[in-house]
Amino acid sequence: MSSLAAVFKSTLAKDLRMEWRSKDAINSMLFFALLVVVIFSFSFDPTAEESRQIAGGLIWVAFLFAAVVALNQTWARELRNQVLDAYRISPAPANSLFLAKTVGNFIFVGVLELLMAPLFVMFYNLRPIGPVWELAVVGALGTWALVVNGTFFAAMSIRTRSREVMLPLILFPVSIPALLAMVEATTAILTGDSSPVFWMNLLAVYDLVFTTACLLLFETILNAE
Amino acid sequence: MSRSELLNEDNNSTVLANACEMPHAGESVRATSLESVTKHFGRFAALRGVTADFCSGRLYTIVGDNGAGKSTLLRIITGLLQPTRGKVEVLGTSALCDVRPQIGYMAHAPLLYEELDAMENLRYFGGLYGIRDHGRFESAIRMVGLDPELKRRVGQYSQGMRQRLSLARSVLNDPKLLLLDEPFSNVDIVSAREMVRLLGRMRDGGKTIFLVTQQPSLLEGTADEFVHMTMGRIVERVRPAPSPAGPVSVSSTEGRL
Repeated sequence: MSSLAAVFKSTLAKDLRMEWRSKDAINSMLFFALLVVVIFSFSFDPTAEESRQIAGGLIWVAFLFAAVVALNQTWARELRNQVLDAYRISPAPANSLFLAKTVGNFIFVGVLELLMAPLFVMFYNLRPIGPVWELAVVGALGTWALVVNGTFFAAMSIRTRSREVMLPLILFPVSIPALLAMVEATTAILTGDSSPVFWMNLLAVYDLVFTTACLLLFETILNAE
Repeated sequence: MSRSELLNEDNNSTVLANACEMPHAGESVRATSLESVTKHFGRFAALRGVTADFCSGRLYTIVGDNGAGKSTLLRIITGLLQPTRGKVEVLGTSALCDVRPQIGYMAHAPLLYEELDAMENLRYFGGLYGIRDHGRFESAIRMVGLDPELKRRVGQYSQGMRQRLSLARSVLNDPKLLLLDEPFSNVDIVSAREMVRLLGRMRDGGKTIFLVTQQPSLLEGTADEFVHMTMGRIVERVRPAPSPAGPVSVSSTEGRL
């Protein structure tokens, strides 16, 4: 019988292999994020101190919009040739699929963040005053918050006609508390003005609550007609 | 089919009792049972109160015009669609999630990843059923006349090759119940006849097969029963007679079929 861990592993490996071959998600995310960085850097000419104040918001808004591109791709692959039906009639657990897709998206968006980080530093003359490891924790928690809800709501919107528009319409309002926490925590670390711990805790709780809710509801979403 | 005659128009229950007698084993087993199954898509009724029993170990060929409800019927039996009204029992249970490991389904679309090759596709779908045996994947690919060593991605396959690989995928879990929706579309006639022979052997091995097709002539001599659908209803079930007397219809348009 298919176990949750085995199906999770094979689905994740399959998604990574397909992305490695097509590079659909990573290419579109990269170009999008790159455009945001370059356009904003030309639009404003901030000093180093001003950059630190606005960079938190700028970074996360760029990643949020770029992530939506990857999230739409995630389920588009499963809809082509109706492959999702083959999964639905199998005895494989629904949550294996959800977790594999979420972890896959986490990896894609994580790679994007790693590639874009040096560009943000370069274009906005950033140098964090707070500890860098805290930035890494905020990055991981914030990215998980984006992809866990994004993967779930993308699955919800796959059967709608205008799913590319539908996803941000559902995802962004739900992500506001997480986005606020990400921006505040990142700004706190970059400026060193305050402690980011409260915002990091808020992010952790947000992740926990929404991951649990998504896991509980995903089977219903998967089998909806 | 040259001739058919209606039997038991007034007593459908007798038809039902006879319908599931297994000629070889002498046992009576229902693979699928439908009770007043109706399916609406918005205002459109794709199925209208279908009541029918289908026995184990038989090959049913479902025919009918476009929009007759053939594919909807298959999708309801797989559990991919829920009936708006009515009851469905598959392999003795109405809890379809319990019998998922025993169902194989081949849809209109091939249900394959275009970015992966044949072996990668089967390895992934086999994994969903807990199947890890590489030899089993190879023999499934060979069984449908493809080369397991072919490293070409499915996106570069012809339509016919995709259909054959899709058949290999659907039988990977050795299902008791196999549902095939237009398996011969885009398949050349020689390959289609080979697929029919293969399906005949599977039926003889005890599998119950439902096959939707627009080419019923391919199944003559192999199918145990031809199920005719029109406007969301099963209107006739014709069992080709084994004797030179010709085919025999086992049903009317009303009641349990």
